[in-house]
Amino acid sequence: MAEFKKADSMLEWFDQRLGVVNFVKVMMTEYWIPKNINFLWAMGVLLTVLFTFLVVSGIFLLMYYKPDVNMAFDSVNYTIMQEVAYGWLFRHIHAVGASVVFLVIYIHMFTGIYYGSYKKGREMIWVSGMLLFMLFSAEGFSGYMLPWGQMSYWAAYVITEIFGGIPVIGDELVVWIRGNFYVSDSTLTRFFMLHVLLIPLAIIGAIVFHFYALRFPHVNNEEGEFFDFDEEAKKYLAGNKKESKVVPFWPVFLSKDFFVLGFFMLFFFYLVFFHYNFAMDPVNFDKADGLKTPAHIYPEWYFLWSYEVLRGFFFEIAGVSGKDLGLMAFGFANAIFLVLPWLDRSPMVKPANQRPYFKYWFWFLMADLIVLTVYGKLPPTGANAWVGFASSMTFLALFIALPFITKAEAKKVGGK
Amino acid sequence: MMDESRRGFIGKAFGAVAAVGGIASLIAMKKTWDPLPSVMSAGFTTVDVSGLEANKLEIAVWRGKPVFILKYTADMKPTDGRSVKIGDHYFSVMIGLCTHLGCIPAYRADQHDFKCACHGGEFTDSGVQKFGPPPRPLDIPPFKLDGVTLVLGEEGPEYKAMMAKAGGA
Amino acid sequence: MKEFKILAVIAALVGITYYGIEPYAHHIMHPEVAPADFSFKTLKNVDTTLAGNAENGKVLVEANCIACHAIDKAGYPAIMPNADAAASYGVVPPDLSSSGRIYDKNYLANFIFDPVSAMHLEGKYTPESGKQFPMPAYNWMSPQEIMDIVAYLQSVTPKVTEGKETNKATFEAACGRCHDMKYAGIQATTPKDNLKAYMGATPPDLSQYIKSRGEHYLHSFVNDPQVLLHGTSMPRVGLTEKAQEEVIAYMEEIGDSKKAERESLGIWVMLYTFVFAILAYLWKRKIWSEVH
Repeated sequence: MAEFKKADSMLEWFDQRLGVVNFVKVMMTEYWIPKNINFLWAMGVLLTVLFTFLVVSGIFLLMYYKPDVNMAFDSVNYTIMQEVAYGWLFRHIHAVGASVVFLVIYIHMFTGIYYGSYKKGREMIWVSGMLLFMLFSAEGFSGYMLPWGQMSYWAAYVITEIFGGIPVIGDELVVWIRGNFYVSDSTLTRFFMLHVLLIPLAIIGAIVFHFYALRFPHVNNEEGEFFDFDEEAKKYLAGNKKESKVVPFWPVFLSKDFFVLGFFMLFFFYLVFFHYNFAMDPVNFDKADGLKTPAHIYPEWYFLWSYEVLRGFFFEIAGVSGKDLGLMAFGFANAIFLVLPWLDRSPMVKPANQRPYFKYWFWFLMADLIVLTVYGKLPPTGANAWVGFASSMTFLALFIALPFITKAEAKKVGGK
Repeated sequence: MMDESRRGFIGKAFGAVAAVGGIASLIAMKKTWDPLPSVMSAGFTTVDVSGLEANKLEIAVWRGKPVFILKYTADMKPTDGRSVKIGDHYFSVMIGLCTHLGCIPAYRADQHDFKCACHGGEFTDSGVQKFGPPPRPLDIPPFKLDGVTLVLGEEGPEYKAMMAKAGGA
Repeated sequence: MKEFKILAVIAALVGITYYGIEPYAHHIMHPEVAPADFSFKTLKNVDTTLAGNAENGKVLVEANCIACHAIDKAGYPAIMPNADAAASYGVVPPDLSSSGRIYDKNYLANFIFDPVSAMHLEGKYTPESGKQFPMPAYNWMSPQEIMDIVAYLQSVTPKVTEGKETNKATFEAACGRCHDMKYAGIQATTPKDNLKAYMGATPPDLSQYIKSRGEHYLHSFVNDPQVLLHGTSMPRVGLTEKAQEEVIAYMEEIGDSKKAERESLGIWVMLYTFVFAILAYLWKRKIWSEVH
């Protein structure tokens, strides 16, 4: 063991034992972020804050929630919402936060796509981010079941039923997931476990990994410019702050994030207190009843686009049933974003508007996702079913075409 | 030389034992997720049909779903491939969830048919759709006949014959 | 400037999506229905412009009503306990004490004349169904006699002051014979088994209906259930607009008891967040002035 000299200050005492001075440098004051960024670069910090909100509010909900089919509904809607002091506040924050976290995830994700922040060394940032998206989806789905309302029940029923479409093992798999032949107490308790322990643990791990993945390739910037971070950091530390292309994470980058966070919170709390129905569906204030189907069943809004891809195929094509086609398309839709860095064959790292072909692809995708989301909620009857089919096909086509579009773009740009 | 290969062997053996332990734990975890024996045995519902009244719908619950059991009156015609003969009487045995969106249709005894209140779908007494949005007849649950007792959840010869007919059609 | 442009694009995309999945989708899934009619003008069997004579009404009520109905406030107690009454009639007959206050005059008169059409339950009590409503139609009475009864019922109804007590009393009188309100500890006065036989299904607990159905839906639904839920066996109960508001207010007191706290705290939290945001902006400007 190294020899310790007597510490002159508390800071020194801790520094001797934990190396805090260096730690703070590495993590905060000398963690370099590009200067040329806009408010979209604050989404990561927003997500961290929202996740913290969800964890904290979740802890307090956990004090009173009862994972039992006979007690769950009343423990939420009576005990938490009406008896516990500020129980309603924690529930509103938890429910609205769960919905808004997806809004910010989508903004974060499409910012990454727009600025090309997933390629040339940043592939693992993208992959870990998509892993987080999947974990959050599982977390959202499992949590939605817990209040044990009608929509909790039937969304759980419909979504677990999807696994029944997998060949050979499908039917048994559904029973295995549910722990019963239908959505029941065993389903509730196992999804409760997933929601409050296993998935949050995995999320925390994935967040750490996502942050770590940023370290080597560094954060992208508004122009997709590559520069020597060490060089720029030296300039900054030498006092040429205005000239340097980088700023330290603390306090410069975070000061901007806090400013964005402040106005975002204004919007968030407006939703929490005054406009929460979009996140707390009225139908879910009817207790779950396995013998009574609600007139309309739809998942939470953030799953609508992939849900619409699932049901967009409603007729048989070439001997394959609509159900199977939908399931295949659904699997494709959920996996395809993960491999985006390898589908984009153009080496350009530029914002989409500076890329001759990719910009059309990007805005087409945005439009298509909005159409899918809206029609994912509407009843799939008549013309709606065909809009769903067309937009699902468009979605598949966009991703199949992406390698060719970007290859052509690389050629065009290279030839200049 | 000898030492090195021995070390290699011990390393591999250690790895193999660790892998066996890991796989065994995974199997145990998978089994913990399995439906409980009580749940599996509750997957079978038995109904004694001898006491049922004709033209009065009996609803049994099987695996959380309502199962319609309807005893025919003398003037109700059995449908080939859908009606079951138990003793001297014909019955309809089917899952009571509308094939449109899963509501539970109501039986109209005077008209010998089913009407779904949700979107107006109608089914005959044997569960064949005759009006509205339902895409197919009411599903028939796997069943087995044991004298006058109906066992839901097991596939008996009558059920298999029905399915064969439906598949061939 | 560029940042505002980006913000505008995001706001537009989010706005379009929001419009599609919330207001538009709800409009498609729950089409607007005819507005609530609190004068029940489709009911025209009795000329309600006739002035009723309460004293004559009292005689008629004693002869025709109190064999089944209690009018506690006028000194006519219930004939038998609720369970027995439900067994005899299918459902506990209402105490008429507050009927003159909570039911619309036109509705009440037409109800006495023909209960089934007033309740809008012609679909349930068809001749083929073999079902019969426990109360007979008094269509043999003259309009004057019916209006006398109405005048009497209005004369005995106790005066009430607005507030929680009245809201609760109105709820119990209008809904409490069939519906539970678990979160307020209220159980339907008619036993469950009788109710199931009488209504065809157990009527729902109303504790969370203010949340699951919402005020807008309840406003139309309570006025005439058939409009929104065709074929339901719930009757039109004929509440006045005032009484219906009391019922809905009570449902809100029980089902959304923290509403006032939520709305006042919301303002404070938003004010706080606004101050936070402004200070965050000023701090950011100071910090960034060094690097720009």
